[in-house]
Amino acid sequence: MKNDRIKKATRHTNQNEGLIFEKSSPGKRAFDLAPLDVPVANMAKELGESHRRNGVEDFPEVSEIEVIRHFTRLSTWNYAIDLGMYPLGSCTMKYNPRVNEHVARLAGIATEHPCQPQELSQGCLKVLSLLEKCLLEITGMDAITLQPAAGAQGELTGLLLIRAYHQKNGNPRRKVLIPDSAHGTNPATAVIAGYEVENIRSNADGQVDIAVLREKVNEDVAALMLTNPSTLGIFEQQIPEIAEILHAKGALLYMDGANMNALAGITRPGDLGVDVMHLNLHKTFSTPHGGGGPGAGPVAMKKILEPFLPVPVLVEKAAGKYALDFHRKESIGKVKAFGGNFGVLVRALAYILAYGPGVRQATEDAVTNANYIRKQLEGIFDLPYTRPSMHEVVFSDAIQKKRGVNTMDIAKRLIDYGFHPYTTAFPLIVPGALMIEPTESESKEECDFFVAAMKAIAEEAEQTPEIVKTAPHTTRIRRLDEVAAARKPVLRWKPEQRKSGAAR
Amino acid sequence: MRYLPKSPAERQEMLAAIGTKSVEELFASIPEQYRLKKPLDLPGPMSEAEVIGYFQDRAAENSLGYTSFLGAGVYTHLRSVVTDALLQRGEFLTSYTPYQAEITQGTLQAIFEFQTLMCQLTGQEVANASMYDGSTATTEAVLMAERITGKSRVLVARSLHPEYRDVLRTYAKNSGLTVEEVPFTPSGTLDGAALKASLRDDVCAVVVQSPNFFGAIENLGPLGEAAHGAGALLVTAVTEALSLAVVKPPAEADIVALEGQSFGLPPSYGGPFAGVIASREKFVRQMPGRLAGQTTDQEGRRGFVLTLATREQHIRREKATSNICTNQALCALAATMHLSLLGKEGIREMAEQNVAKARFALSKLETIPGVKRTFSAPFFNEFAIELPRSVKIVNAELLKVKIVGPYVLGSAYPELTKHALVCVTETTTRPQIEQFVEGVRAALEQPL
Repeated sequence: MKNDRIKKATRHTNQNEGLIFEKSSPGKRAFDLAPLDVPVANMAKELGESHRRNGVEDFPEVSEIEVIRHFTRLSTWNYAIDLGMYPLGSCTMKYNPRVNEHVARLAGIATEHPCQPQELSQGCLKVLSLLEKCLLEITGMDAITLQPAAGAQGELTGLLLIRAYHQKNGNPRRKVLIPDSAHGTNPATAVIAGYEVENIRSNADGQVDIAVLREKVNEDVAALMLTNPSTLGIFEQQIPEIAEILHAKGALLYMDGANMNALAGITRPGDLGVDVMHLNLHKTFSTPHGGGGPGAGPVAMKKILEPFLPVPVLVEKAAGKYALDFHRKESIGKVKAFGGNFGVLVRALAYILAYGPGVRQATEDAVTNANYIRKQLEGIFDLPYTRPSMHEVVFSDAIQKKRGVNTMDIAKRLIDYGFHPYTTAFPLIVPGALMIEPTESESKEECDFFVAAMKAIAEEAEQTPEIVKTAPHTTRIRRLDEVAAARKPVLRWKPEQRKSGAAR
Repeated sequence: MRYLPKSPAERQEMLAAIGTKSVEELFASIPEQYRLKKPLDLPGPMSEAEVIGYFQDRAAENSLGYTSFLGAGVYTHLRSVVTDALLQRGEFLTSYTPYQAEITQGTLQAIFEFQTLMCQLTGQEVANASMYDGSTATTEAVLMAERITGKSRVLVARSLHPEYRDVLRTYAKNSGLTVEEVPFTPSGTLDGAALKASLRDDVCAVVVQSPNFFGAIENLGPLGEAAHGAGALLVTAVTEALSLAVVKPPAEADIVALEGQSFGLPPSYGGPFAGVIASREKFVRQMPGRLAGQTTDQEGRRGFVLTLATREQHIRREKATSNICTNQALCALAATMHLSLLGKEGIREMAEQNVAKARFALSKLETIPGVKRTFSAPFFNEFAIELPRSVKIVNAELLKVKIVGPYVLGSAYPELTKHALVCVTETTTRPQIEQFVEGVRAALEQPL
């Protein structure tokens, strides 16, 4: 390797940074405690010799500046919204306002214990109550729980509500219908809720095939899980009719609210016949993805499902006082300890307060951006479903495939142009999908840069496909061997690795 | 609106480029009668200062200025300001799940470090990153045991956190699991004889928390033997993960479900926290959640990728090990930073201070006539006491002197009315402990 002798760095954002364990040396420390102000305890005596552990073997020993540098250097290896457009379809990677981080960390907010007396938690309960009201207004539903920790847990909560409802009517029913364009969480969730999954295929327009639906809906069907707009970024126009077909057989309509960023302020699922839905606060309501989470997945519902809400339920008492009601006979129980991801809920409310009714403008801008990009790239990339786009647009690699370039190659090449890739290979009904969701956080300039990059890559795919197929070329590391990673998994550092010297 | 990067002219230009006259046209696929005719009825818009003001007002309505002796699965520990400073770097905060490994090595390497730290702490071979919290990690551990053993009866310690048991019951209801409780002995630990009496070859998991909900440290060795003897797995839940610095790790367990909140995550009224599942290498393909693995790039350089994704919902759909997608990655990162800062010495010293301070508090409480320890087993930083009077009455008196009293055990355990669960950490000072003890004494001396 040509840079074999350079042990420290190539260029400054590309520091070679070992694992924190590899920087460790006995006796270094980054943390001091105040002196103990009570008598020292004899550990062996207090814990029992058989329970006692004298520290954690191989735990890192480093100084404060080393911790700072370690994580700062690691951070420079990440792409992020703060660096530029992050057009991951279905993920709604919008700006995460910094004030939200500030308020979630306030003393009196971050410091509150979930078991403290409710009279000392009125501030927390008011935050939750206001967020509930705002989300009900945005969704047009009647009741809501903020407990689920993320979208998938929201889905489970929703299906458990549906199950409890059917159970009360005599029979929990057997099946949940899921369109073939759905997120993978939908079928995975249905199974955990004790349902059989029946996939229903989309029609040539990318919409639910009403004839197929009519055929499949019967007294065995508990619900249909519908994402609207669908993962094709298309608004499901027949949704009121779909609701009617389901309701006629006593089945319910669950809406996956992952794509609510296309609807907020424009239309309300509650008005469209939806019975229950979840929201992803880490998508539409701007709470940071943080490399994979945390999120929050509130579930909003119609009155018929309210009796089954998870406990505790927030109730308003007289004189503007709030309380938590743990005693509800028909509740589905708890899906998570200690209520919801409160810190995430705080951030979502801060976002809503900043916009107020102006959330509509955010939605309009998000849809404008997606359509702007679609218009410029149509013809250059294949558009398999041509119905109007909402907040995202899904192309396919059909044109570039002829030159041996697939969606993953294009995605990797996009990295060289300074963008995070779009979502590849999803939805499943589009072979070789390029799923692009710009969100409202992109300026015209950034959208233009993106379009220019995509056009340039399309040209490269024609003329010099090898460049695209071997991308990225500008990153600190190249494509990684995922097959080897899965075949012989190395999932933790071990001290032997230090001795043999890490591969650099 | 300050978050939106477009001028009115740019909006018009973009609409013109699209070929529409008004933005309304972009929503034409939504049937007209369903489109909102009036603005949403929402508070705001607010300036940044107004947003901060709103939350400061709410903070003032909470427990600022009170000293708390609550634990019960959520612990107040020291956090370095370094953690928040690093955590708020936009490259971490505003990055997505690291599916594109070339431009998310920072997150991926940190996850790998997190997995390593969790293995070191729990004495297990593999750890994921992450589950929602300890309660769902415990439930997922049981579902994992069900997949591994093909059995469906679960024996759960009654001394497992009551809310963890609630969550397990919610999930179990529809997955064919039957959940039975195993009682505790007067020492506060699991009743081994009762466990053996309930163990048959239809049990998939024995679920024990250690230190358990009462703070008592369990003797996991014999419990593991009993479980394994019947062909069941031992699932160990850990809610106070700091204890692992001075208490032997649950190496006997087949699956450990850990709550990482103690590692740099504030109580935050119940979340977000960081659940973890750690287990044996041979069970890794039945594990839920994301895993980062080490590999090399085309030029032989070390790098990390998300691996073994064929367990996950986006690949396996209805056959996945779990429906989890979004997890608690940033919380796991906070824990990684926090543990790197504490280091080997720091975490041991912090844990030892917890032991010493909790002992000190207990010894002082025991000087009050009628106050005695409920259980006899060794404990870490939390212990149960019996009061000669209702805990609620005592706590009401404590509130008057700005103390949030201990957890009322009677609310979850009818057999333990008049018992309270006291937690003392390194953040509690000696004067605060003394004031608390005097507060309890005074409350008990008050005429009824």
